[in-house]
Parts: sequence; C-alpha cells; structure tokens
Amino acid sequence: MDFLNAIVAFSNFVLIPGVAFGSQLALGSLGITLIFGILRFSNFAHGDSMAFGAMVVILTTWWLQSMGVSIHPLPTALLALPAGIIASAAVMLGTDRLVYKFYRQQKAAPIILVMSSLGVMFIMNGIVRFIIGPNEQRFADGARFIVKAREFKTATGLSEGLSIKVSQGITVITAIVVVALLFWFLNRTRTGKSMRAFSDNEDLALLSGINPERVVMIVWVIVAILTTIAGTLYGLDKSFKPFTYFQLLLPMFAAAIVGGLGNPLGAIAGGFVIAFSEITVTYAFKKVATYVLPDSMAPDTLVQLLSTDYKIAVSFSILILVLLFRPTGIFRGQVV
Amino acid sequence: MKKILLATAATALIATGAYAEDIKIGIILGFTGPIESLTPAMAAGAELAIKEVNDSGALLNGSSVSPVRGDSTCIDSAAATAVAERQITADKVNAIVGGDCSGVTGAMLQNVARPNGMVMISPSATSPALSTAEDDGLFFRTAPSDARQGQVVAEILNERGFKSVAVTYTNNDYGKGLADAIQAAFEASGGTVTINTSHEDGKADYSAEVGALASAGGEVLVVAGYLDQGGKGIIQGALDSGAFDIFELPDGMVGDSLVANIGEGLNGSFGQHPGTDSPGAAVYSDMAKAAGFDGTGPFSPESYDAAALIMLAMQAAGSSASADFKGAIMGVANAPGEKIYPGELAKALKIIADGGDVDYVGASSVELIGSGESAGNYREIDVKDGAIVTNKFR
Repeated sequence: MDFLNAIVAFSNFVLIPGVAFGSQLALGSLGITLIFGILRFSNFAHGDSMAFGAMVVILTTWWLQSMGVSIHPLPTALLALPAGIIASAAVMLGTDRLVYKFYRQQKAAPIILVMSSLGVMFIMNGIVRFIIGPNEQRFADGARFIVKAREFKTATGLSEGLSIKVSQGITVITAIVVVALLFWFLNRTRTGKSMRAFSDNEDLALLSGINPERVVMIVWVIVAILTTIAGTLYGLDKSFKPFTYFQLLLPMFAAAIVGGLGNPLGAIAGGFVIAFSEITVTYAFKKVATYVLPDSMAPDTLVQLLSTDYKIAVSFSILILVLLFRPTGIFRGQVV
Repeated sequence: MKKILLATAATALIATGAYAEDIKIGIILGFTGPIESLTPAMAAGAELAIKEVNDSGALLNGSSVSPVRGDSTCIDSAAATAVAERQITADKVNAIVGGDCSGVTGAMLQNVARPNGMVMISPSATSPALSTAEDDGLFFRTAPSDARQGQVVAEILNERGFKSVAVTYTNNDYGKGLADAIQAAFEASGGTVTINTSHEDGKADYSAEVGALASAGGEVLVVAGYLDQGGKGIIQGALDSGAFDIFELPDGMVGDSLVANIGEGLNGSFGQHPGTDSPGAAVYSDMAKAAGFDGTGPFSPESYDAAALIMLAMQAAGSSASADFKGAIMGVANAPGEKIYPGELAKALKIIADGGDVDYVGASSVELIGSGESAGNYREIDVKDGAIVTNKFR
C-alpha cells in the first residue's frame, strides 16, 4: 500500500507533469531543429511565433464560443487550430520573403540570420502584446479533468490523489500524432526526402534539381503547424501570457541542442530530458521517501536538490554540460 | 500707472497665495501590476476624502486640494521612484498617499521622500521592515505591520484547530516579511510550519512549486501572495493536483476576482485583511457606494484615511509644507480629542481651526503606534458558496 502511495505521489507531481511539459517542449524544439537543419540558423523568434499562433487560436476560439460552437468535453481551441496555423504560416512566409530571403541570397553568415531573427522576435513580441495585451488570457473550456484527485482517492482507498487534466491528455496524444505524421512525411514522401537531402548537402541537392525556395517554403509551413500546436497546447495546459513564451525559448533551445541540433529524433528526446530534469531536480522527495523507506529512515528534511526558484538554471546547466562534453548532442546533430 | 497696476496685481497674487492655495496630493498606487484590481477603489477612497475637504472649503482659509495619480506598478522600484520624483519636481505635490506594495514604498521613501522632505502615508505597505526604516519622521502608514497580521493568522489557525500548515509567499519584501511573521507566530503558539518557500510571480505554471509544497504536507496552505498573480496560480495548481483543499488567504489575496477565477474549489478557505467593524467602516462603505465604488475592498478605507490625515495635519500645522505638518500627524490621529468618522472632515477642520483637538478614527479605526503605523484591526473572512463573507473582526 505504501509503495503504491509512493508511485501515485510520484506520478502526480513528477511523471504526468513531466510527460506533458516534455511533449510541449518536444514540439517546440522540433521546429527549432528543422529550421537549424535546413535553413541553417537558430531562430530566436520561435517562442514568439508560438505566442502568435496561440493568439490567433485564442481569438478564433472566442469567436467560436460566442457563436455557440462547442465540442464538449474537448476544448473549443482544437477547432480553432487551423485558423492559427494558416495565420502563422502566412506571417512566417511573409517574414521569410521580407527578411530571411535577402540574407539567404547574399549567402550571409549564420550569425547575421540569427541576429535578424532576434529582430523578428522583438517585432512579433510587440505585435502579440499590441493585439491581445500583455495579460493572462483564459480560453480553455470543456471538461477539466480525466482523473480527479479526490475521486481517485475515494475509488482506490489510497491516501494519495492522482489527477490527470484533459489538457495533459490532449497534449500527449497530439504530440504523438504530430510527431508520427512529421516522421512519415520526412522519411516516406518525395518532398520530405528532398528536404533531408537539402539539409545533408545543399550543393548536391541543387545539382539533383531540388528547388530550394520550395523546400524553404515547406519548412516554414511545417514550422507554423508545429509552433501553433505547441503554443496552443502550452496555453491550454498552463496559461496564455505572451511573456511566458519568450521565457520558453531557453528550455526549447536547450532541448534541441541536448538532443543534437538538426536531428528531429534528438529534439524529442531533448525535450523530455529537459522537462524531466527540471521537475525531478526541483521536486521535494520527502513524501515519496517517507512511503518507501522504513520509519526509522524517514527523512526530516524535504529531500529537495534545488529550490524551485532555480528551475530555469537547470536547463542552463544541462546546456553548458552538453556543449562542453558532447557538443553534437545525444543523437549526433550538427555542431553549433 | 502701469507700474502701480503691476505692483498691485503682484501683491494681490502673493496675498491670495498666502491665504488660499492650490494644494496637490500625489496618489501613487499600482494601477498596473499584481494588485491592479484593488487600486482603483483605493485611489477613489483617497479622492473621496479630498473631494469632501474641497466641498467644505474649510482647509487653510479655503484652499483647494487636487489629487495627482501616479502608477507605482507595485513591483518596479525604478518606475515608482521616477513617478514620485516627477510628482515632487514637476507637479509640485505637497504630500503623497502611497506607495502601495512594501518594496516600492521603501524605495520611494529612501530615494525620493527623504531627500525631498516629503510626507508619505501608505495605505497598504505592510512589511515589518518598514517599522524600523529610517524615515526622518516623514513616513506613516494607515495599514498595520505584518508582524501583527502574523499573530492574527496564528490565532485564526489555532481557533479552527489546524496544527500544521505549509506556507508559500511571493518573492518580495511583502511576501517574505509576512511569511516569516506567520511562521514565527504560529510556531510560538505550538503549531508546525512544514515548509516556508517562495514563488515567483508571472509564471505560466506552478506545478513544481506545488509539488514541493505537497511533499512537505500540511492541513492548510497559507498563500502570502497576490490574487492576480502567482498566488492565484499556486491555488489553481494545488487544487488541480489535489495537493491542498483549504487555503488561508492573507490581505494580498482577498478579493472578488480570486473567487471568480478559481470557482468552487475555494469554498471552505478563509483569510483576513485589515478592516474594522467600527461605525466608521459602515459609514465609509455607504459613502463609497454613493460615490460609485466598492468601499469594502482591501485598503480602500485605509486610503481614505491616509488622505484625510494629511489634510487634517496641514490644518493643524497651519501649513501645507511637509516639513511643517509632518509633526502634526500623530496628534490628529490619536487621542485626546473629538472622535472623527468618515464624512466628518468638515467638522474636524473647523474644530482644529478653532483651536480644538481631534482624534481621527476614520474608516479603518486609525490608531497610530510606534513610528507611525496603524495598530491593526482585521476582518476575518470565509469563502462560502463562491462569495467572500465576514466571519468576525479582531
């Protein structure tokens, strides 16, 4: 019984939040890794692109809600996703035409592209705050829980509760579906193969007749799909506030680099590594330890490695360690 | 002829200047930021007192007072300091009602009020550290120190039979001061504090913080935070994960927006904020209703009192200069003298002008102790059926 309690407490506070956060990070860092692999620069505007996509989804959701449309128990925001994706794709293709295309044709050094993406980030950031405001916005509706903590306790007789939010369930399922589709596209379709060829060796790809502008366009559309979905899922599960997406940039880059930049599989692994290290390092294991260990060995302290204030420092530290000891990342991506 | 005219005009100007002047009172509160839902009613309270005095025409030979609003942001000391600086140098205010949150109030006091010799009365800064801050006799507050609130929280928890609590606070002067006061008072009365840890405002997700709190355990979670910020996030996270069911809500957390945002999960929680059942509070709440705002919210009565004290002290000192009237504030606030309730400012001004003495009670039972802070009356509240109801006053 005690052992079960320990497992439930651990799942409730570490496993489930970790899986949900990991999926959100994985979707985000997939986009970063795709842009790095094919366009060859680190896109700092990624976090704010997520905020932009989520913003369009929220505005559409509000409109749908006012029209009385609902897919209870699922959140209406899922219906609004296509609108967000179309708007994001339009904005990204527009930015590419206006900003990145020029530097690409100049064959500019990656650092110049990175800096221009920084500029794009500030502009996107401003646009989002200008349209929807800097405050927290609520747009989640439908059922809130798959499993409720209190009901779980009464049903099982355990003293620990387990809660799974609908948003967490949707996050994980959507992430799996999106990742599966993306891998099928990259590995099985002609366009996907041409993208990988372009990523591996640009000159060879050009020689074999691959149209670079078409590859670039498809990358931006895929990235728009990924950012909008990731941004909306994060907003549904946690809360939508434009500034928090900017703060997500660091863990997402850490995830992409830890997994190996340019390697989609690595981005997913990296997302989960970062999410779980952030949560396990700052989790206080007192309760779990008290259940598992005999009474005489029960801890008096919180058994917490780092205070939760230092959560953000965890992704920093992992990033530095990986860059020092294995710059290619877990899955042997490109070196920055 | 021209010269004589000019001279008469100039003398006339100086003469009127000496008798009836245009006094300005700065109202520096966080109109944006973590307590932005509380500040409109606070500023309206201070402006209500100013309007009352203007209507009476009895202050300093018919001087008129005008309020100057400024945004302290509650959290950004640099912004608050700049606003206070601008009000003193550009707007030429004679005194300041503010700031609101303890951190910015301390910064305004040290960086602007003291160098400029400006009287500041804060309606809501409650950090115990401000009791001992150097203030040159310029700083007062109509809100009590959180050392007192800590004792009240301990009393409430003990009376309700809770033996162990977890404490989380917003990571600033206010939160830290209050959380430490609560821990000290509760442990002194025999209770256990399982964890006392901070949370940052403005994050999207508080599941890690809630995880640590849940692991430490406790019957009640004391959330010394802000209702529009991290405090709300912590409560939502704790309810979602089933970590805590009952919350103790100190003054920064009591507000209708919290009840509206959290919903039924908050039923059964309780808390307290400065408030009183003295007749003044009821009178003030009616006056506020007539003026079109809610006077029962946290710190709105205190704001009325802060502005009223400034103007009564000006009358008592016969001058609108901070250096002159700073010494008169304790005198008008405390006994002896005729008790003054809200709506009676005209009467008070007349008594003082006639050489009498007043004991300002006001909307929040003002009794200034120590270096000039309210002794502290609290309204204990319960959250029942999605509404905040008064349990009792202590």
